[in-house]
Amino acid sequence: MTQDEGWRPTASFDVLRLRAQMLKQLRAFFDARGVLEVETPALSRAGATDRHLASFRIDDAHGSRYLHTSPEYPMKRLLAAGSGDIWQACKVFRADEAGRFHNPEFTLIEWYRVGFDHHRLMREVAELIATLVPSVAGEPEYLTYRAAFQRYAGINPMQTDAVACREVLRIRGNEVPAAHAFDTDGWLDLIAGEIVYPALGHKHVVFVYDFPASQAALARVRPGEPPVAERFEAFVRGVELANGFHELADPGEQRRRFERDLERRRIDNLPMVTMDEQLLQALGQGFPDCAGVALGFDRLVMLAAGAEAIEDVIAFPFDRA
Amino acid sequence: MASYSTSEFKAGLKIIIDGDPYNIIENEFVKPGKGQAFNRVKIRNLRTGKVLDRNMKSGETVEAADVIEMDVQYLYSDGQFWHFMNPENYEQIAADATAMGDAPQWLKGEEECKIMLWNGKPLAVTAPVFAILKVTETDPGLRGDTATGGTKPAKLETGATVRVPLFINEGELIKVDTRTATYAARAKE
Repeated sequence: MTQDEGWRPTASFDVLRLRAQMLKQLRAFFDARGVLEVETPALSRAGATDRHLASFRIDDAHGSRYLHTSPEYPMKRLLAAGSGDIWQACKVFRADEAGRFHNPEFTLIEWYRVGFDHHRLMREVAELIATLVPSVAGEPEYLTYRAAFQRYAGINPMQTDAVACREVLRIRGNEVPAAHAFDTDGWLDLIAGEIVYPALGHKHVVFVYDFPASQAALARVRPGEPPVAERFEAFVRGVELANGFHELADPGEQRRRFERDLERRRIDNLPMVTMDEQLLQALGQGFPDCAGVALGFDRLVMLAAGAEAIEDVIAFPFDRA
Repeated sequence: MASYSTSEFKAGLKIIIDGDPYNIIENEFVKPGKGQAFNRVKIRNLRTGKVLDRNMKSGETVEAADVIEMDVQYLYSDGQFWHFMNPENYEQIAADATAMGDAPQWLKGEEECKIMLWNGKPLAVTAPVFAILKVTETDPGLRGDTATGGTKPAKLETGATVRVPLFINEGELIKVDTRTATYAARAKE
């Protein structure tokens, strides 16, 4: 396409019609289950502390705000206030994420189910995917993080180190420049992205669950040998569609994780962000036992449309926005 | 020194990795779930021609490779170096056997070649796509056999050997595709 055509949408109208139809089905799906649709602020005082998430910051005369990277914190405040089951579909923003499966501004479907653990929520995620994309219907497969790595990469991710990970990639012809060192979780992410995840979900939905405790994010950690994070991800045709947690409810542990994130940001020389004190207050009031998940709606539309790139399902991707 | 961030990566960019100059062939942004983002790049080593897959941490920067390509005219070889001239300023450039690669077997003199320079030094020389060369040695052809598609080896005036159709005889000129080192057609003087 020439430069002059830059005003045009990149998605076809057939795909945009499919997208609208899927949004309708989504509303019906949650309506039938009695899950309340909510809206929360896109601009907030607190940002995501996770060092792998880069927030857009907006400055005005009254100070700084962050465009949310997910609606997780305010939705959890609703849950702490007694909302019961809630969901929303909203635009979220992640700086520097652009590629075949990433647009810096994208649509997330996020929902929380009170009384669910991650196993029960995985089943509901499978039902939602099968409802919106009938071509991937069928019995899902459930694999622990450890089993997935053992099956596809031949290593035990709970007992490995940087040297072993580098070797697994080297044997496969994926070398990393000497100057680009990762920590163990970074190496596992690399093996996941290069070897394990691309192999998942070619017949049906595959869930990977029980992550290393060091990758817990906002999931609760189940004690054991080793302890594991009650976190899951869903894959179809090698693409990650959703990430969910049996939600951490302990305000003290949540504060420690925020502080650890900020410390890592400081070490990595990343921008510091304001941690969400209101979330910590809400957790302190008592938080219901629940599980929550975020699902990438654009990728779900890609799947339904058989699209190769995210720009095929978005009217105006970032470089045309 | 110029450098590129992984977010600027695109096909055709020349970068330095582990001390060698590379050309980016493909670039893909990959980010598993909540984890570390990285770029999956397919790159060609401009010294050796080898194609590799590499993973780089997103947000890191890599040094830009000062690589330029220009058209030059082949002059002569002194046995150790091959000498070329830049027709724009008449400057002479000498390339060694490593930079020449397979190119010498297609060169007689005065051909327009492409030379790639890294920090001003020859990295690779590419011969013209087609070379017109005389057959100096080949088995006698089978008379009348022009249709069966059989081939035989033929030695050319530059020392190169290519497979030619059976009807080609010693002393004839042929056109060779230097990219694939294959016979393309009969040629006239």
